[in-house]
Amino acid sequence: MSSEQPPKRPERAVKRAASGALTAAAAPAAPHVASALAASSPWAYSPAPESKELALIRPRYGLFIDGQERAPVSGEVVVTYNPATEEPLAEVAKGGAEDADRAITAADRAHRKVWSKMEPRERAKYLYRISRIMQERSREFAVTETLDSGKPIRESRDVDVPLAAAHFWYYAGWADKLQYAVPGRRPESHGVVGQVIPWNFPLLMLAWKIAPALAAGNTVVLKPASTTPLTALLFAEVCQQADLPPGVVNIVTGPGEMGMAIATDPRVAKVAFTGSTSVGIKIAQGIAGQGKALTLELGGKAANIVFEDAALDQAVEGVINGIFFNQGEVCCAGSRLLVQESIAEEFIARLKERMTTLRVGDPMDKNTDVGAINSRAQMETIGELVASGVAEGAKLWQPECVLPTRGWFYKPTLFTNVAQSHRIAREEIFGPVLSTITFRTVDEAIEKANNTAYGLSAGIWTEKGSRILQVAAQLKAGVVWANTFNRFDPTAPFGGYKESGYGREGGLQGLSAYLRSS
Amino acid sequence: MGKKSGKKGAGKGESPLIAAVTAADGARLEIRRTPKLYIGGAFPRSESGRTDVLQLARGGSANIARASRKDLREAVKAARSAAPGWAARNASLRGQILYRVAELMEGRAAQFRDDLIAHGYGKSEATEEVAVSIDRLVWFAGWPDKIPAVLGGTSPVASSHFVFTIPEPTGVVAIVAPESSPLLGLVTRLAGVLAGGNVAILLASEGAPLPAVTLAETLAVSDVPGGVVNILTGRRSELMPHLARHADIDGVDLWGCPDDLLADAERGAAEHVARIARRPHGEKDRASAFEGERGERIDGMTAFLEMKTVWHPIGS
Repeated sequence: MSSEQPPKRPERAVKRAASGALTAAAAPAAPHVASALAASSPWAYSPAPESKELALIRPRYGLFIDGQERAPVSGEVVVTYNPATEEPLAEVAKGGAEDADRAITAADRAHRKVWSKMEPRERAKYLYRISRIMQERSREFAVTETLDSGKPIRESRDVDVPLAAAHFWYYAGWADKLQYAVPGRRPESHGVVGQVIPWNFPLLMLAWKIAPALAAGNTVVLKPASTTPLTALLFAEVCQQADLPPGVVNIVTGPGEMGMAIATDPRVAKVAFTGSTSVGIKIAQGIAGQGKALTLELGGKAANIVFEDAALDQAVEGVINGIFFNQGEVCCAGSRLLVQESIAEEFIARLKERMTTLRVGDPMDKNTDVGAINSRAQMETIGELVASGVAEGAKLWQPECVLPTRGWFYKPTLFTNVAQSHRIAREEIFGPVLSTITFRTVDEAIEKANNTAYGLSAGIWTEKGSRILQVAAQLKAGVVWANTFNRFDPTAPFGGYKESGYGREGGLQGLSAYLRSS
Repeated sequence: MGKKSGKKGAGKGESPLIAAVTAADGARLEIRRTPKLYIGGAFPRSESGRTDVLQLARGGSANIARASRKDLREAVKAARSAAPGWAARNASLRGQILYRVAELMEGRAAQFRDDLIAHGYGKSEATEEVAVSIDRLVWFAGWPDKIPAVLGGTSPVASSHFVFTIPEPTGVVAIVAPESSPLLGLVTRLAGVLAGGNVAILLASEGAPLPAVTLAETLAVSDVPGGVVNILTGRRSELMPHLARHADIDGVDLWGCPDDLLADAERGAAEHVARIARRPHGEKDRASAFEGERGERIDGMTAFLEMKTVWHPIGS
């Protein structure tokens, strides 16, 4: 990830943001759309910043191994930056293979001697305790998450942190009911679980991984993403505060190779990975023949299908939420808009109007809708794919909006005239970029929606119930949102078809992934 | 066949079970069967024209078709075109179709038994194995209309939405049949895949392929549509790399994959994120794995089910 090198001069980022705007100038905004966000507008909001001081970020963090903070064997650190300001936030240990080895040793011992022998009801109580502490410190978590990741405080406060606590709460209750999870079979833990998580939902992905693993009786070695380690390290403090036995949870920061070292260690019996399809494939190949259990939650290119009978304003909101939630840095983002030809013109007009009211800027401002892009590297990926869209002949549109002069920001972007063969229709952009494709019939919509190597999620907008069930049944996607989008809950399974991976997180299905049954 | 072959020590060609009969004895000359591949409901020889001569445990030999990479590709094509129809059959009907296969196996019990004997089983062992295999199929025939209740469900989410999860078939599954349980293991792994609504390409036991050949002949006259099950005989070392890497195979059951080919097969399957089922770590490919209640394994069914979770708002 890019933040391992200090950012170059801030001007660079400004230029890049400006270049996005220049491309936009080539495709002028619809004349009837005026910006409601201009300072002169009577609708302009005053700034409403959350306080940075609520995050008690320390200058330096070690690795969390065997219940204690430890310096990495190498003695090296990397700096994690605030993507909204490009300012350094903290120094974080740069772990390596030897550190992974120590963490796995601690987890293995904790599994054999403590966690697998503990009364399940006591395990449950630790998880409830962790959930409560996360609720109590939720504001600190939310602010830390926003500072480290660039996501709007409104989202970290209302989605990431409460959902993370809810996951621990939900799985706590499973810990002493495992015999009900696999009726007629004897459930057992795998042992040590190795987990590698991405930077888009740092705390939430940690909760999705750790909560079911611990409930099932496993111990954990988790590696957070290089650009977003801080909430995971704050979670380490929660483990200490909860008096969780040492070694049950180990959190190690480091580069991608460290994730591979964890996955391939013979003492790790189960591997769980969330991230890109290419890295997921490398991990699956790295552990081939080792007999490990594996779950993969990989990329996506979800179709959000709007039929002509949909409630259009609701559908516009759903499409906006689908692609601009977390700046579009979401594996299940609705990044392909499939709109029925008969309503396409009107729908696109309403969509553009709504896009002009999106507030892009300071993630710490409580009114911000679209925050900062997580890293310089991700900015470059988005820019490259958007350029390919223009080069391949799609029509680009961006609302007029003023981006902050520092930090990594990208304008909400809409492509029309997109062909299914375009890169922007096939590749995961992981940014605020929506590609529009039209269709005429229901069958055509299904065919186009399924015309992707991915299969994580999909959206359906129609007022006709029987059509929802018919289309949902035919979409090759693990999560189908009908007349809604980007909803998550600890009781609901989440995961992909095809190259979006296998295994589920959430619900009973998510628990089963962490159990062996004999 | 490993554990059984030669166990009874029957002398070659002097088997009390299968006496060699020749026209010279004044008896009728039997019509021998040509073991073929089973692809898309038809019985082709290998397009390569190759066969392997398999010496049978109690004398005599059989010319087993040696499937090529191209035969495998044909099987995948047949399976892919049969997949939507099989997945769309209602669950109860899928169960009845599997039950019908059990009915037909019962009628051919003698041939299945003779196949096993030809591979070295004793008569009573073989009779028992056939009976258990038929019962296993009946056990799986009861699964299709229970799967959603056992593996799916609804989620009591905190927001105002109705959320349900249904298991769906992955699609095309290649099964490397257990080497040492040429009928019971084969039936167990295949029935799980079919019960889940998937279609199959089955690579028969290399050392004991005859029960798979007889199963193909049974399926051909059953209600299982052509292409839903495709059975190949041949050499694993030759077919495994292609089977694992074929991008139109959605899942691989590696139970019968020899240990020395396993890592490469898994690497191949990972290239296109194919789903994998395999023997539990440390478990040997042996016949006892499928015996008794322990043998009622559903991992070969569940590994190739995709959970689909559907959300809808509640409101007026």
